[in-house]
Amino acid sequence: MSQPAIEIERLRKEYPYGFLNLKKKTSLEDLTMQVEQGEVFGFLGPNGAGKSTTIKLLMRLIFPTSGTARILGKSIDDVSMHQDIGYLPEQPYFYDYLTAAELLEYFMRFHKLTAADRHERVQKMLKKVGLETAKKIQLRKYSKGMLQRVGLAQAILHDPQVVVLDEPMSGLDPLGRREVRDIILDLKKEGRTVMFSTHILSDAETLCDRVGVIVGGKLRGVGTPGEMVGIQAQGMEVVFELNGTGKIFPLLAKATKTGERYRAQLAEPELYPALDDLKGAGARIVSVTQIKPTLEEFFMHLVDADRAQANAIDVSGK
Amino acid sequence: MKSRATAGCLLALFLVAGFVGVWQLQRQIDSLQKATRVEMDELSISSPTVVKPMSLEYAPLVAAIYWTRAVQYYGEKHRLHQRGLDLLWPLLNIATSLDPHLLVAYRFGSIFLSDKPPLGAGRPDLGVQLLERGIKANPDEWRLYQDLGNVYYFDMQDYAKASAAFEEGSKNPKAYIWMKVLAAKIAADGESPQTSYFLWQQVYDTATDPAIKQNAADHLVLMRAELDLKEINRLADEYEKQTGQRATRIAELVQAGLMKGVMKDPDGYPYVLGDDGKAEVNLNSPILEKMLMEKKK
Amino acid sequence: MTNVWTVAANTFREAVRDRVLYNLVFFALLMMGVAILVGQISIGIEQSVIVSVGLTAISVIGIFIAVFIGVGLVSKEMDKRTLYALLAKPVERWQFLLGKFGGLVMTLIVNTGAMTVGLYFVLWTVKHPLERSDCYLIVAVYLILLKLALIVALAMLFSCFTTPFLAILYTLGLYVAGLFAQDLRTMQAVTLSASTMKMLKGISYLLPNFENFNVMGAVAHGRGVPGTLVAQNTAYTFLYGALVLAAAAMIFSRRNLK
Repeated sequence: MSQPAIEIERLRKEYPYGFLNLKKKTSLEDLTMQVEQGEVFGFLGPNGAGKSTTIKLLMRLIFPTSGTARILGKSIDDVSMHQDIGYLPEQPYFYDYLTAAELLEYFMRFHKLTAADRHERVQKMLKKVGLETAKKIQLRKYSKGMLQRVGLAQAILHDPQVVVLDEPMSGLDPLGRREVRDIILDLKKEGRTVMFSTHILSDAETLCDRVGVIVGGKLRGVGTPGEMVGIQAQGMEVVFELNGTGKIFPLLAKATKTGERYRAQLAEPELYPALDDLKGAGARIVSVTQIKPTLEEFFMHLVDADRAQANAIDVSGK
Repeated sequence: MKSRATAGCLLALFLVAGFVGVWQLQRQIDSLQKATRVEMDELSISSPTVVKPMSLEYAPLVAAIYWTRAVQYYGEKHRLHQRGLDLLWPLLNIATSLDPHLLVAYRFGSIFLSDKPPLGAGRPDLGVQLLERGIKANPDEWRLYQDLGNVYYFDMQDYAKASAAFEEGSKNPKAYIWMKVLAAKIAADGESPQTSYFLWQQVYDTATDPAIKQNAADHLVLMRAELDLKEINRLADEYEKQTGQRATRIAELVQAGLMKGVMKDPDGYPYVLGDDGKAEVNLNSPILEKMLMEKKK
Repeated sequence: MTNVWTVAANTFREAVRDRVLYNLVFFALLMMGVAILVGQISIGIEQSVIVSVGLTAISVIGIFIAVFIGVGLVSKEMDKRTLYALLAKPVERWQFLLGKFGGLVMTLIVNTGAMTVGLYFVLWTVKHPLERSDCYLIVAVYLILLKLALIVALAMLFSCFTTPFLAILYTLGLYVAGLFAQDLRTMQAVTLSASTMKMLKGISYLLPNFENFNVMGAVAHGRGVPGTLVAQNTAYTFLYGALVLAAAAMIFSRRNLK
């Protein structure tokens, strides 16, 4: 078992606030998590859950109250570790007086490469993210989508082993999101480790090998997307239309009506009898699908539980 | 597009008309203010101890500004023939406090503070004070001793101190020889026309400031006239000795061969002999007025 | 150390592309043109006026640039978050800080140089040919540059832990206070106790003694400045500046970015 790419151990971040900074707000509570080498790891959570905080702690933009972390075996205190990692900040903003090419060249200067090598890589990367035509335009004239692409470019330009992306899809149109997805999959193919945070769950479902869910500063669970939601299907959904039939059958009571269509959910054993009913009633069966629980539902469940707990604490006066 | 052009034209027209209106209005306001304003000299801050900290590290520049004000102030007063140069001392005081190396200010101050009104402020004591400060800050400038000597000689008639000043200045190897000569002559004779003329000639020759130069020229003119009158009186006495009679006209002196042609004053007007047989400046000459003013002091 | 140079070069590039700086330099040159006019009004000290106005313009414009842009060096990057991607690179925070400092100092050297050339041009139009004593102007400008470097360091220090507005206020305040540091030492106030006087004296040594760098009075009248003064001021700037930058680096290294 090779060394994990990212190891986080009891990482905690508290912010003092209030009068004389006496009160403390815990934005991250003893996070312990690991990201294995070569995997795509999704870091999920609602806004304010602590995703960005964790990533900023890893990048040493903020400092932990307690706890440690290591990337590729090196402590996050070690600046040389940054040679092998790439980072895309949330809502990236770069020096608007530089062009894309100049910015990438500038950032590359901090890595040990020859000038020719640098130049070549920059040109290739600009082409890869589709910014070749805009490379001589100053960044102040770039759209949000273009800035996001520049951000991605500077994160992966030096072929880092580990890539950390903070909300890489935010603000992108579907085309842009597809491009980012493709880049992430490319990175995975090259054997790199990718960790990204998002609150768009469908992206996580399709891209990630594993996900970690964080709510209210606490890690709620880590596993494959499937593990998170449970493997059992929750039943079947039947969509049908009454073809002028007047017959009433038990399924009708359970169904919700939208226009001419009716939707009903039933457990698996109930399926075939229901279908017989429909057939007998002369109704038209539009579709029969298996209901799989989504990450979203699991997610909402967690958030609701967290809120209930918080309310409970309030009520008890603690 | 046409509407844009017309809008542009209208805007330009409006701007021009507007500024003409503003200009006319301002002229009216100015004339109104002139009628009602009381001419007052004002120097809001007259203390170096306040101005110096306020100028931070830009003291030489502020000194230059105050010096300029002093020159302008004197020029205005002189042009309008007004009396009272009360602000001259504070302005020069501040200027030299901020920039002790402002040599021209010491010279200017020594002349115009000490000189009797209306040419100067009539405060030779302030002139001495200014020069002494200048000497302290610029011990190598022997010309300041010359100016100090001038003030004692002309305006305070203190010939002992004048001689001492010239003597002190002569100790500087760069000083001209005549400093030492003058020190001795003044110590021996006190005031004499030759000495006075020479001193003013020195100031005239070395002055770079036009006001100083003009002032020196004025003094030289008066001095020349005095010397001429003395000479004419001497010739008249000669005539009386020779003929036993007092001459009544300059022409008689010329005829007697004592004068080679009618003597004219520096402004070109011939001298005349008064009723008492004494030499006088021509009635038409502007020098007469200057001499009368000088006598009035 | 190459990291420091990389950041410095980029900071310089940013300054070159910032139009504000050109306007400021133009304004300074305008002031010098005015100096010719003023010189003609105040007779007898034309050269002194031009030199005084010129050095004042260079000093004041320089201080503006040093304070306002100096404060912005760090705070702008923190506010706009351009810093985030940079700090994820293998570069230490102190290298970033030093690079920013170096970049602005280079910018100041170029701007001041341009203004000095303008001043010499003005001087030449008024009195040609130039004399040997006019070389002393360069010494005065060099000392002004030392002063500006110190101000940049202070501006950066304050911007590391307060808001930009307060940082500007503190830096300007320290500049003015520093001008009077010498007076604080030589002051004879009868009403204060001996211990208070001692404390004031101590404070006066802590303050950056900006009056050290002021040779306008001598240079305006064509007098030279002793070489030892130049050397001592250079050493003072290096030492004091290093202390300030070290403090800034320490504070910035532990600062949580938002």
